[in-house]
Amino acid sequence: MTRALSLLLATVGLALAGTPVRAQDATTPAFKEVDSIEARVQGCVTCHGNAGQGTRDGYYPRIAGKPAAYLFNQLVAFRDGQRKYPPMNYLVATLPDAYLREIAQHFAAQRPSFAPQTTVQADAATLERGRVLATQGDSRVNVPACTACHGVALAGMEPGIPGLVGLRSNYIVGQLTRWRVGDRHAAAPDCMARVAARLSDPDIAAVASWLAQQSPKDAAPEPANLQRMPYACGSTGAR
Amino acid sequence: MNLGARIAFFVAILIGIAATAVYILHPRALPAPAQATRPSAETRLLARGEYLARAGDCVACHTEINGKPFAGGRPMPTPFGALYAPNITPDEETGLGLWTADDFYRMLHQGVSRDGTLLYPAMPFASYTKVTRADSDALYAYLQSVPPVKQKNRPHELGFPFNNRDLLIGWRTLYFREGEYQPDPSQGAQWNRGAYLVQGLGHCAMCHTAINALGGSSESKAFEGGMIPNQNWYAPSLTSNREAGLGDWPLQDIADLLQTGVSHRGTTYGPMAEVVYNSLQYLSDEDAMAMAVYLKALPRRESEAPPTSQARLVDPAVMELGRKVYAVQCAACHGGEGEGHAPAFPPLKGNQSITMLSPVNSIRMVLNGGYAPGTLKNPRPHGMPPFAHLLDDEQVAAVVTYVRVAWENNGTPVTPAQANELRKLLPE
Repeated sequence: MTRALSLLLATVGLALAGTPVRAQDATTPAFKEVDSIEARVQGCVTCHGNAGQGTRDGYYPRIAGKPAAYLFNQLVAFRDGQRKYPPMNYLVATLPDAYLREIAQHFAAQRPSFAPQTTVQADAATLERGRVLATQGDSRVNVPACTACHGVALAGMEPGIPGLVGLRSNYIVGQLTRWRVGDRHAAAPDCMARVAARLSDPDIAAVASWLAQQSPKDAAPEPANLQRMPYACGSTGAR
Repeated sequence: MNLGARIAFFVAILIGIAATAVYILHPRALPAPAQATRPSAETRLLARGEYLARAGDCVACHTEINGKPFAGGRPMPTPFGALYAPNITPDEETGLGLWTADDFYRMLHQGVSRDGTLLYPAMPFASYTKVTRADSDALYAYLQSVPPVKQKNRPHELGFPFNNRDLLIGWRTLYFREGEYQPDPSQGAQWNRGAYLVQGLGHCAMCHTAINALGGSSESKAFEGGMIPNQNWYAPSLTSNREAGLGDWPLQDIADLLQTGVSHRGTTYGPMAEVVYNSLQYLSDEDAMAMAVYLKALPRRESEAPPTSQARLVDPAVMELGRKVYAVQCAACHGGEGEGHAPAFPPLKGNQSITMLSPVNSIRMVLNGGYAPGTLKNPRPHGMPPFAHLLDDEQVAAVVTYVRVAWENNGTPVTPAQANELRKLLPE
């Protein structure tokens, strides 16, 4: 009752305010019941969107539909400091495992539509290089295709491998670079570190540009072990 | 004997053998123990030590992020340089393995290490000196029972002149009063238990009493609040009803805030959320209530006069901007009139932590958001998102100003410069 009333008041306030400061959008806190997981994850929405779809601006990744075990691993790594990003480290510092698992499962189950693609500043040759790396790999430098682990549709693979579609190029560049310099890690054996170590700056830029341009159709991760992966990956074992 | 009788005879014997076998082989209840199963005195001592170690939050400083419990190595930044908490596992070479209970009591009680080295007051021995010998012995027994970890202590990185421990003799003369807690006979057992926990193991004064330029805190300023060095959070006064003074709070809300992390009056975030997460959530209901009783009874000392109406004047344009931001970003959780949805979303109306003189914590919450700690009694806390990337300094200042003065809140306006200063200091 008070909930409905305050929503009403907020709406009235909004209407009275004339031109609101920001239009109501995916990053504006909103939920129906206080005692619900939607209300509990309001701490995530201004960066990742109400349904984890990502937001229009910035570096913040889409988290909706990524495998639950991947999201859980990241939340634990942020809490315990293995993955470093101060705003995230701070937010989840005092949250127990069971709750982080629930948050991960909540966003893994979301299927919001994808945001419109961003325009990528890249020439045709760069995009072609990105396409080749993502879909075929480069045997000369021993780099397997992204699709070999992240799924043919690049929507990830259960239980621990994230989808790459719907991410922006600056986020992908940031993560690959962090992996290459040893700033980001996955559970041993860290297959992504082996791949990132073999990628040059131009290759990272190329693959990130191409990935950011893909418009996915099916956001669901592939089932586990549909295919044999080229490298052993610690993160495929669900915690 | 005819054939039938013989068969009957053998069958009878077989039945007898089988019955005997069943009787012998059938499991029975274990023999009654000599005495009722009760934890041994040793077990009870260790359990008590573990409880006290949690009440003292030893793990927070003596465990590196992701490190082995109590193995030390965690940096503690101070205005004088970085200190590294030592290994307190029972490893004989690098930890406390060779310490005796007497060594441990002297360290806790006097701030002197086993070899006679004076401890830096980052170790809260000025509080721990209040701990009784019996509790010190339980803590000692517990720490000797944890897995030993061989990990050398990292030397402190203090600049000149603070790297000279002889200076500590001066510091101790000024700020250290040695002595176990002496119960106040004019107060009840519950108040005394609360005082013992707050002043002793809880070492609340480390943050809630202002630290001066020498890193000391003066007894006359006890619990009057102050900025936490190097953390950019303000630890509010526990004695002023304009800050976190608890004089007006129902006891259950105080106990809830300490033990659960949330209450109907306010919620813990930042460093206090860590204290609740690592330490206070494990307190018994009785101890949490005892602390509440003591904190509520702290003598009221208003160190600052309430702001004048002149100081509370706000530019109407700022107020209007703040109101607009509030309606879009804040009202969904905190309510149209700041009434909140306690304990999930704290009320802002009448919330002292919003209106207190220092706006640091309110600005920080708007910039960085925060989650209440996940605790045994509130394992799935609600949280607030960061707004640093959505609101500019002017909007942050306006919305913080709005919540500090709207709904009869008696705070004062904040400036965009204050928001900007914190934005630059905080992680992004």
